[in-house]
Amino acid sequence: MRAGPRVRVAVLAAAVVALQLALSGAGKGFYLTQLTMAAYDTLAALGLSLLMGYGGQISLGQAGFFAIGGYTSARLTTLDLGPPSGSGLARALAALHLASFRPDFAGGELLSVAPLAALAAALLLGAAVAVAIGVPVLRLRGHSLAMATLAFGVIVSSVVVGTEALGAADGLHGVPPLALGPFLRVGGGPSHRVENYYLAWGLVVVTASLLENLVHSRAGRALRALHGSEDAAGAMGIDAAALKRKTFVLAAVLATAAGAFTAHLDGGIGPAEVSAMRSVRYVALVAVGGMGNLWGTLAASAVLCFLSLRGTFGVHDDAVFGGILVLSMLFAPEGILHADLGALAARLRGREAG
Amino acid sequence: MRSVIRIVALAAALAAALPAAGKDSLKVGALLAITGPASFLGAPEARTLALLAEEMNAKGGIGGRRLELVVKDTGGSPEKAVSLARQLIEEEEVFAIIGPTTSGETLAVKPIAEEGRTLLISLAAAEVIVNPVTPHVFKTAPKDRDAVELIFERMRKVGITRIGLLSSNTGFGKAGKEQAEKLAPSYGIELALSEVYDKAATDLTAEVTKLKAARVQAILNWSTEPAQAIVLKNARQMGMTVPIFQSHGFANVQYVAAAGAAAEGVIFPGSRLLVVDSLPASHPQKGVLEAYKKAYEARYREEVSAFGGHAWDALMILARAVEVGGADRDRVRSAVEGLTGFVGTSGVFRFSPADHNGLGRDAFELLTVRQGRFVPLGP
Amino acid sequence: MTLELFLQYLLAGLTYGSIYAVVAIGFNIVYSASGVINFAQGEFVMLGGMIAGSMARLLPLPLAVAVAVAATAAVGALVELVFVRWLVRPTVLRLVVITIGVAILLREAALSIWGEGVRSLPYFTGDELSAFSLWGVRVSPQVLWVLGTTVATVALLRLFFGHTMLGWEMRACANNRDSAALCGIPTRRLLTLSFALAAAIGALAGCVVSPIAYTSYSVGGSLAVKGFTVAILGGLGNSSGALAAGLVLGVLESLSVSLWPTAYKDVVALTVLLGILSFRPSGLFGSREASRLGEAG
Repeated sequence: MRAGPRVRVAVLAAAVVALQLALSGAGKGFYLTQLTMAAYDTLAALGLSLLMGYGGQISLGQAGFFAIGGYTSARLTTLDLGPPSGSGLARALAALHLASFRPDFAGGELLSVAPLAALAAALLLGAAVAVAIGVPVLRLRGHSLAMATLAFGVIVSSVVVGTEALGAADGLHGVPPLALGPFLRVGGGPSHRVENYYLAWGLVVVTASLLENLVHSRAGRALRALHGSEDAAGAMGIDAAALKRKTFVLAAVLATAAGAFTAHLDGGIGPAEVSAMRSVRYVALVAVGGMGNLWGTLAASAVLCFLSLRGTFGVHDDAVFGGILVLSMLFAPEGILHADLGALAARLRGREAG
Repeated sequence: MRSVIRIVALAAALAAALPAAGKDSLKVGALLAITGPASFLGAPEARTLALLAEEMNAKGGIGGRRLELVVKDTGGSPEKAVSLARQLIEEEEVFAIIGPTTSGETLAVKPIAEEGRTLLISLAAAEVIVNPVTPHVFKTAPKDRDAVELIFERMRKVGITRIGLLSSNTGFGKAGKEQAEKLAPSYGIELALSEVYDKAATDLTAEVTKLKAARVQAILNWSTEPAQAIVLKNARQMGMTVPIFQSHGFANVQYVAAAGAAAEGVIFPGSRLLVVDSLPASHPQKGVLEAYKKAYEARYREEVSAFGGHAWDALMILARAVEVGGADRDRVRSAVEGLTGFVGTSGVFRFSPADHNGLGRDAFELLTVRQGRFVPLGP
Repeated sequence: MTLELFLQYLLAGLTYGSIYAVVAIGFNIVYSASGVINFAQGEFVMLGGMIAGSMARLLPLPLAVAVAVAATAAVGALVELVFVRWLVRPTVLRLVVITIGVAILLREAALSIWGEGVRSLPYFTGDELSAFSLWGVRVSPQVLWVLGTTVATVALLRLFFGHTMLGWEMRACANNRDSAALCGIPTRRLLTLSFALAAAIGALAGCVVSPIAYTSYSVGGSLAVKGFTVAILGGLGNSSGALAAGLVLGVLESLSVSLWPTAYKDVVALTVLLGILSFRPSGLFGSREASRLGEAG
């Protein structure tokens, strides 16, 4: 990685640590809760930023992948497999160390799929679905692609709300925490705030650095060429279709991961969290951060999701995101960090040629 | 104009007009789905709380302390409810929380309330909220089971044995569906069909046709959403003359207006709030109901609905418990459990350590619609 | 299934279908004139119903509808003026994003103005119970209003785009904006007009549907998705195609209810959309050229 991006990643990591120390020290540790939740949304937004900025494609269906991640994790870790010596499935999973115990409300213990195994399953499923729908859908462009991805997202959310096994309208609850190691875990309530925070933002730091690597690599340059002109890129020997598919799958996997982790963090997931509005919000975050601008998107996502989760926007939450979409397209289409205010002022004074 | 902005302005004004939280004020949080898919429930609840809080403070507050209501809009999203619940408990350090509006949100917030040892009085319907009972979680919405039983009893009385069930794809619809499917056999009723429709549907003729094909003797329509009115219209237009039973989610006269003449004769278990004028003066709830109805309608210029009533009950119950238990959280919690005979809008509450809902069959009365108005069904 | 039942399902399907078709026509008008897909089209339908609902308390019904249509047309024009015209380098991506944003803002504005309540217009003829028999099936007169309005709209639009100067000019704009401008066609004004026209049609649809369904601030979103499905299915820009496609989709949905759980009814339309986009993006009745028109600019 070149010096610039490496420095940025290091700064981010340092900022993450500094923020936690400052907040916990000042007794304001409760802010970490919303920061942690915002981190997972940031994962999804980063993936979308890559897709929209470098792949030049819009996806209005990231919430569908979020749903796949969240519901798969939640469903597998809340299954009641019975005793480990009971059914064949229970025995098999126990033998492969893929099952674990979780507490239930009545104080007993139930055997379900181990959270890590469920996570792996979720990510695999998300990737598989992305590959499957990527083939037909990525041939489309513009509004057709937008609508196709929207349709995908809404299909997923309609299916989860209509299926009893997935909790239907109530969603799934009682999802146990996910532990990635002794000091890193997702979920578990306020007492595990700091662990949750570091895991979440650690993932973001790692993802940001991986994506930066990607962007500055040969594949990244090919992507940028693609965005500029698909035909020219093709003439240069770049396999546009394959590249687009890979970017799409990467973005999908990031959204799937975001969903899985969020389900563990919240202890559950429901249909209200995987609606089309969530997809639209991700697009808004990328739009204001700058399509393809990973750091802009990261900052925008962290700030806006944090504020939204704290209820700062009150009853106008959706309106704020709608407004962001509109305002960023009008005044800062390259992202808020690149807003060209001089040109804007010039345009206000004299109309552009029709 | 009953716009949502007004609620926020009211709540904000309320919060702003009060002096900063001192020892003298009692901070109570509210998690309501003011916007979003459950806004038919959450918005009246928010309006009710704002109104009641103002009234209480005008009379000196709760237990001598000024009430500071911190209202948060969850948009019906459990994720947001979780975030806001943590905020209310850890940051705002509220004494108690009223809400959330929906069952999904309540189930998500339940462990947080317990861990934070904060009293949570939910306004949602699901049985599992208080079953199994956990120390800090209560609910003021009546039991779906009681509503279903009342309906099935009536059906059995008039000799209906084969029905079709339509429920909306919401938590409320799902809960009712479960109860109906579970209880039908013991009343000798066969559920020929049990289908779910989308709460945002604009036409349900196909679904109703399916019911017609199944030759049902009655339709049971379970929803809190406006789409339930469409079922009525479509059924009557299609020439289906069978009796239609609705859930207590029909308890909003707007739905009757939306269904127009098709609502005539619909039977449902409703809150007495809707027929307060026909209650005898000796009825224990009459005074409370009239007061709420009058105040709400004067302020907001729209008819009361039973949903707002749940919020009224929750805050009143909290106030009563604080009067008994003072500033101590555990004592107030026990005080709620000890409240028996509390007259609310939804019924007379009889709490106990084993019953954190406190309502029974008498929360409902079988009502029907005549000429666009709710009236008691009578024998 | 008996014949009577089948006819009932068919008629139900035709009812939904014509609602979707009218929304699709709104998409088509804007698309025909500008190549823009206006995601806010569903909100125009909502606004029509809401404004008419408020006006109906003060004015006689036909006047209330007229006011609603005019007001919504004005909103449509405003949307184009404020949000579309100002876009620097209006790429398809940006137009998609901004029209989604506009849709959200319109919905939230409606929530602020009218609250979360629902309202219905009175039936144009008859009431909730009136119905007459058609081949043994009972039909509400309002359904005929919906069907009639859709058909009339399609016919009038055909006339307009095919036989009037203004219509030709709009088609020229859609084909090639710069050439049209070179010919002296006031392209910017026509774009505004196309938005206004689409909004007006959407509003009319909202009014005519309101008695049988209901209107509230949130009805725009799902209508837009279904409407778009139908527009694509019928071939973007092809209004008679939209009518046929709408009826086909409606009947498909309706029959699907008879076959499997109604909870999945919406999945039918969405799967159709995804399928059509994946395998035949020009729709059932459209031409490949027409669909590529949308990719330009």
